[in-house]
Amino acid sequence: MQLDAKIPAGPLADKWPSYLRDSRLISPANRRQLTVIVVGSGLAGASAAATLAEQGYQVKNFCLQDSPRRGHSIAAQGGINGAKNYQNDGDSVFRLFQDTLKGGDFRAREANVYRLAELSGRIIDQAVAQGVPFARDYGGQLANRSFGGAQVSRTFYARGQTGQQLLLGAYGALLRQVKGGRVELYPRREMVELVVVEGQARGIITRNLLTGALERHAAQAVVLATGGYSNVYCLSTNAASSNASAIWRAHRQGAGFANPCFVQIHPTCIPVHGEHQAKLTLMSESLRNDGRVWVPLNPGDRRPPGEIPETERDYYLEHQYPAFGNLVPRDVASRSAKAQCDRGHGVGNTGRAVYLDFAEPLRRDGLATVRSKYGNLFEMYQRITGQNPLAEPMQIYPAVHYTMGGLWVDYQLMTTLPGLFALGEANFSDHGANRLGASGLMQGLADGYFILPATMGNYLAGVAAGATDPDAPEFAQAEANAAERTRRLLAIRGRRTSTDFHRELGHLLWDHCGLSRHRVGLEIARQRIPEIRAEFWQNLLVPGSGSDLNQALERAGRVADYLEFAELLVADALAREESCGCHLREEHQSGEHEPLRDDTNFAHVAVWEHRKDQAPLLHREALTFENVQPGRRDYR
Amino acid sequence: MTINLTLRIWRQPGPDAPGAFRTYQSGPLSTDLSFLEMLDLLNERLSLAGEEPVAFDHDCGEGICGTCGAVVNGRPHGPVERTTLCQLHLRHFNDGDTLIIEPFRARAFRIEKDLVVDRSALERIIQAGGYVSVNTGSAPEANTIPVPQPTAEAAMSSAECIGCGACVAACPNGAAMLFTGAKVSQLALLPQGQPERTRRALDMLRAMDGLGFGNCGNERECEAACPKSISIRNIARLNREFLRASFFSEEE
Ligand SMILES: Cc1cc2nc3c(=O)[nH]c(=O)nc-3n(C[C@H](O)[C@H](O)[C@H](O)COP(=O)(O)OP(=O)(O)OC[C@H]3O[C@@H](n4cnc5c(N)ncnc54)[C@H](O)[C@@H]3O)c2cc1C
Ligand code: FES
Repeated sequence: MQLDAKIPAGPLADKWPSYLRDSRLISPANRRQLTVIVVGSGLAGASAAATLAEQGYQVKNFCLQDSPRRGHSIAAQGGINGAKNYQNDGDSVFRLFQDTLKGGDFRAREANVYRLAELSGRIIDQAVAQGVPFARDYGGQLANRSFGGAQVSRTFYARGQTGQQLLLGAYGALLRQVKGGRVELYPRREMVELVVVEGQARGIITRNLLTGALERHAAQAVVLATGGYSNVYCLSTNAASSNASAIWRAHRQGAGFANPCFVQIHPTCIPVHGEHQAKLTLMSESLRNDGRVWVPLNPGDRRPPGEIPETERDYYLEHQYPAFGNLVPRDVASRSAKAQCDRGHGVGNTGRAVYLDFAEPLRRDGLATVRSKYGNLFEMYQRITGQNPLAEPMQIYPAVHYTMGGLWVDYQLMTTLPGLFALGEANFSDHGANRLGASGLMQGLADGYFILPATMGNYLAGVAAGATDPDAPEFAQAEANAAERTRRLLAIRGRRTSTDFHRELGHLLWDHCGLSRHRVGLEIARQRIPEIRAEFWQNLLVPGSGSDLNQALERAGRVADYLEFAELLVADALAREESCGCHLREEHQSGEHEPLRDDTNFAHVAVWEHRKDQAPLLHREALTFENVQPGRRDYR
Repeated sequence: MTINLTLRIWRQPGPDAPGAFRTYQSGPLSTDLSFLEMLDLLNERLSLAGEEPVAFDHDCGEGICGTCGAVVNGRPHGPVERTTLCQLHLRHFNDGDTLIIEPFRARAFRIEKDLVVDRSALERIIQAGGYVSVNTGSAPEANTIPVPQPTAEAAMSSAECIGCGACVAACPNGAAMLFTGAKVSQLALLPQGQPERTRRALDMLRAMDGLGFGNCGNERECEAACPKSISIRNIARLNREFLRASFFSEEE
C-alpha cells in the first residue's frame, strides 16, 4: 500500500488555488457519459451528490432511511464554524486553521486543515442562498456564538437545529437535481459490497431493505459519505443507523483505514438509565457556560443533592482547572467525570453520573434569564428523565459521540483504492485526534460542496468513459458474497440476538478502549473480541427471512462488521503509545495526570492495510508542521 | 417504578397482505424506558420465542429526523404534546393501560410492513419546487442581503418541520397542507425565495393534489398532532401564496 497524500507544493495559502489551476477538466458533453455513485445522504453525501449533478455527471445516491432528508447530520444542534470575522473580533482563515489544528492535538495535515478553513466562509454563503434560516442580529445580519476551543465568535446557528437546517438545504439542492433527471435516488438501500474491477472501485452491491433483493450498480467512481462508527460502542449519541459497515467493507477490499482509535467522547450526555437503553442523548455543551459540575465530597453519599451542604460538595473542575473551570475541553471534562465516578463519588441510580447544577446562575441571573438561555435543553432533559433541572441539578455523564478515524484519503479525498472517495465523518478527516465543536458540519460540507466536485473531475479525466459492465464477473462475485453472508446469518438459528452481542461488545470497548486506555485493558479486549465473534457466528439468532423487510437481519450484518472492526480499533489504540487528543494512554501521562504526547515517535497518521488471513499491516504517514509550532495543550 | 401494559399492535406482513391487531402482554417495564425501547424489548422476546419481531422505523431518537411514528390510542406519536414517538417515555402511562398501536394511515401512504409506511409522497411535493435553485459556487456573500430578525425567526419556525407525516395521519382527509404550507412559507418569507415564489407555490400544490392527499377541512388536527408545533398559520399562508400565484402567474 502506497501512501502519497498528493499535497500540492508551495506556500500553504497557495496550495488549493494551485491544485484547482492544475487539475484536469472534462467537457460538459463528456460529463454526461459518466456515472458517480454517492453512498450516504447526510451533509457530505447530499451536498456532493447535488453538486456533481449540477456539474453534469449522472449521480446515483443511496441511503438507509426512507428519505435522504433523514441522514444522521440532521441531529446536529450547536452550529457550524465559518471564518467570516463578522464580529470583528480578530478571526481569520489562519486563526480557524490554527484552532482546528491545535484542537486536533497536531495529528492532522496542515494543508487539509488550511483548505477547510479557507472554504468555511463559502459554505455559509451557499447555505444562506439556499434559504437556510440562520439566526440574525437586530440589524438583519447573521449572528454568531462562541464555541469550545476558540476565543472568537465564528459559529453560525439555526436555533438548536443547525444540522437539520443545513441538511434540508442540501436536500433541496439534491431534489432539484432529481427533478432535473441527473440524480437517481435509492432510499432504503444498504451498500453491502464494494466492487473493484482491475484495481479500481467501479460499483457497489446494495440490498433493497424492503424486498431483500441484491442489486448491482456500476459507475466510473464511488463516493462513500456514510458517516462515523461511534455505534461500535453500542451506546452513543449517534442515530441508530450510523454504522461502520460501508467503510469496513471498503477497507476489506483494499482501502486503508486511518486512526481508528481516535474516538471523541462528549462530556454532557444524559446518563445510562438501564440495560435496555437504545441510545444516549447529547445535551448541548453550552450548558457548561453557566452550569457548575460537582459530586459529593464523600464517596457513597446517597443523600439527595439538596441535602448535601456546600461544604460537602466537590466542584472538582473549578479547583483542578482554575483557569478554565467548567469550560475545560471535552476530553478533559469527560475523563474527570469518569475519574470521580471510579473513586465512588458518582451519583444517580447507577453511580455513573455527576451533577450539573444551575442553582448559582438561577440565584445570580434569575429564572427568566436562565430559561431564555437553556429552556429548550431543560425541556428535552425533563422529557427524557422526568426530572426538572430548575428544581434539582441535572445528572450528566460522558458518551461516545464522534469518530475522527475513518478511511484514509489523500488531498483529493481519494482512498488508497483508485476511484474510491470518502467524505465527511467517514474519512479520517481534518480533526486529528480531537474534533472541535461546530467543525464536523463544516468539514462535511466543505468536502461535499467544494472539494470532491473539484477533485472528481481531475480523477475522471484520466478514466476511460466506457460503461462499466454490471454483468462482469467481479459484480457477480461480490453479489454472491453478499448473498452468502445473508444466508449464513440466517442459518445459525442460535439463541442470542445481535443486540445482545452488540451490548457485550459495547461494554468491553467502553471499559477497556473508552475514555482512557491502558495496555492491560487493551490486551483483555484484544483477546476477548475474537471470542465474542466466534460465539456470534455459532449462536446468533436472526428471526425472519432474507426476502423482505427484516430489521433484525440488517442489525446482525452491522454487528458482524463491528466484531471485526473493533479488533482494529483496539490494535490501533495499542500501537499508539502516547496520549494525544481524545486518546489517553494511562501509561503516558505526567505525575499530575496530564497527557503526554510524543511527537518524536507518533507525529503520524496510522494507516492500516487489511490482509487476508494475516494481521493487519500498519503504515505511517508522517505529519510535518511548517506553519504552526506544535505546542502542548495545557488547561490549568 | 415498573408497570405492565397490554399492547395491541397492528401486524401486516407486507403492502399487499391483510393486516390485523395482535395482543401482547408487555411484562414488567421500567417507566424510565422510552416507547421505542419498549418495542425493542418486546421484539427481543418475540425473537427468542421464534416469532417475527414488529417492524418499526426510527433513527435519531431525538425527535429531529422524522423517521419514527405510529398512532397510539388514536393519536399520532402518542398522547404527549409536542413529542415524537422516540421521545415518548413510559412514565406517561399507567399500570394496566392498553395501548393500541398502529401505523400512520393515509391514502397517500402505503403500509410496507407492520408500523412501517412509505411516505415518499411527501418527498415528491418538495421535489416539485421546495428549494431555491442556486448552484454551488454561485452564492453571493452571505451578509449581502440582510434579513430582518423577525422574518428570519418566522422562516425558522416554518422550517422546523421534520417531515414525519403525523399531520397527514392526523387529518381526517389525509391532507398534506401543513407539511406543504411549512416549506412554502419558509421560502416565501425569505428574500432568497422570492424569484421562484410564484412557480413554487403552484408546482408544489399541483404535485400535492396529484399524489392522493385530501383537501383541508379546517379540522386543525394536524397542528395538534405536530411534534414541532408547526402552526396552522402556515396553511393560511399557503392559501394566500396560492391565490397570489394564481393571480400573478406568468406561465398561466
Ligand atoms: C447529537 C449530535 C450533535 C452534533 N452536533 C454537531 C454540531 O453542532 N456541529 C458540528 O459541526 N457537528 C456536530 N455533530 C457531528 C456531525 O453531525 C456529524 O459528524 C456529521 O453530520 C456527519 O455527516 P456525514 O454526512 O459525514 O454522515 P451522516 O450524516 O452520518 O450520514 C451518513 C449517511 O450514510 C448513509 N449510510 C450509512 N451506511 C450506509 C450503507 N451501508 N449503505 C447506504 N447508506 C449508508 C446513511 O443513510 C446516511 O444517509 C453532532 C453529532 C451528533 C451525534
Ligand atoms: S427517531 Fe428521529 S424523530 Fe424519532
